[in-house]
Amino acid sequence: MIYFDNAATTAVSPAVRDAMLPYFANNFGNPSSIFYSLGSDAKREMENARKTVAECLGCDSKEIYFTASGSEADNWAIKGVALKSGKKHIITSAIEHHAVLHTCEFLEKQGYRVTYLPVDSDGLVSPADLENAITDDTALVSIMYANNEIGTIQPIKELCDVAHKKGVPFHTDAVQAVGTLPINLQDLGVDMLSLSAHKFHGPKGIGALYIKKGTKIERLIHGGGQEKGMRAGTENTAYIIGLAKALSDATANMETKTAHIKRLRDKLVKGILDAVPYTILNGHAEKRLPGNANFSFRYIEGEGMLLHLALSGFAVSSGSACASASLDPSHVLLAIGLPHEIAHGSLRISLGAENTEEEVDAFLETLPPIIEKLRAMSPLYEDVLRKEN
Amino acid sequence: MYTEKVMDHFQNPRNVGEIEDANAVGTVGNAKCGDIMKIYMKIDENHVITDIKFKTFGCGAAIATSSMATELVKGKTVEEALKLTNKAVVEALEGLPPAKLHCSVLAEEAIHAAIEDYCKRTGVTFEGNKKCDGCCGSCHHHHEEHEEE
Repeated sequence: MIYFDNAATTAVSPAVRDAMLPYFANNFGNPSSIFYSLGSDAKREMENARKTVAECLGCDSKEIYFTASGSEADNWAIKGVALKSGKKHIITSAIEHHAVLHTCEFLEKQGYRVTYLPVDSDGLVSPADLENAITDDTALVSIMYANNEIGTIQPIKELCDVAHKKGVPFHTDAVQAVGTLPINLQDLGVDMLSLSAHKFHGPKGIGALYIKKGTKIERLIHGGGQEKGMRAGTENTAYIIGLAKALSDATANMETKTAHIKRLRDKLVKGILDAVPYTILNGHAEKRLPGNANFSFRYIEGEGMLLHLALSGFAVSSGSACASASLDPSHVLLAIGLPHEIAHGSLRISLGAENTEEEVDAFLETLPPIIEKLRAMSPLYEDVLRKEN
Repeated sequence: MYTEKVMDHFQNPRNVGEIEDANAVGTVGNAKCGDIMKIYMKIDENHVITDIKFKTFGCGAAIATSSMATELVKGKTVEEALKLTNKAVVEALEGLPPAKLHCSVLAEEAIHAAIEDYCKRTGVTFEGNKKCDGCCGSCHHHHEEHEEE
């Protein structure tokens, strides 16, 4: 199996696994049980992990709160600020992950008003649109750092400045960006940022929310006094240590890895656009995640393509409706203006540092005949050929 | 997620293509919903479907149901073909995931649409021909549900 779905998840690296292992059995102490070494050791190692995460992101370790996922971090940031602020308006974008969109939809049912900012055909949110949307009643702006489907990277610093000028706190879902793009929270200026370990070779089931000192936020999970009383639940020591190790490894040689991934991605994009007619590359040409490529192949439906690719040994992803349970294709592809029928025929490839040029070459040999086969049985393509002749 | 039978018909679809001198052509579904099926038939003077081909824009299940439906009516009379239900297509495929049942409905309707075209061309009428409004998302026909497991 050739794995081209790194935006979905990544494998836990051997180094991360080794760092975690002692904390399952031997060093199993509860970090709250600080009167004996088993507990205080766990507490110390957890706090060291927090420091590592803070150093990687350029913030204070007191501003890092561990959560069980990126989705929990998104839920906490949005609900937590909405509940605390007393204001009733939230601004987000049309292309957010469902962890943000469905949280906002939930709040709408609780009487909040939500503005979903549109994006342009590259998937970018306009700072001017944001400025116009902010009102005296705006509690929070939440805009994702980089999109999980089309890879477009938002001008977060600029958008954050717009919100701050009007005194509105800013959250960013950076699940696709952390571990892949260099992030310095001091420069960026956001008030909250969500991240998830399994996107950068850490384990699933652990994430974090950065909350800038002074941010007014309500807790989401009530109970014990963990995470400075802000997030109850016995800390997942092993996973927290795994997250920190994964992030520090990802940060350590980011430039080299990014250059490798980008070179492979560019070769793959060029190869596909050259070989397959009636193909659209979705997302911004430059402002995009290094490993992301998202195509729409006109006149075919995406699921058949995914099945054929899986049978040929490739793990990839699609924004087609048939690959999900609903009849609608990806909300992201519709938001960048693709008509339904074109959005149905989309394919997302997300490369990682472990992928090789041979794998890209193998993909470039495999994909074009699959598209050709599916088009040959498509009544839409039949019409195109008829018009051409 | 799919049965072996579905995967077989998806990978090796039977009766793909067009019939140049078809005397029955039907198209159902629409691109917006993500499924279009087009059926070509050659029907002889005894109302026997002597040849049938299809073209489908759609998911794996849409391709497999088109393939199976064409197999099931090939060589049959129009009256027999009109009795084909989506349930029979699903059973022949040894099941479909619940979210894909609409594909079998579309296959049934594609057969009916082609026969309707034949009726228009020849002036012959048959009982039991259903009409399809094109979008499976808005389908209100009472097709039999047949869920896998």
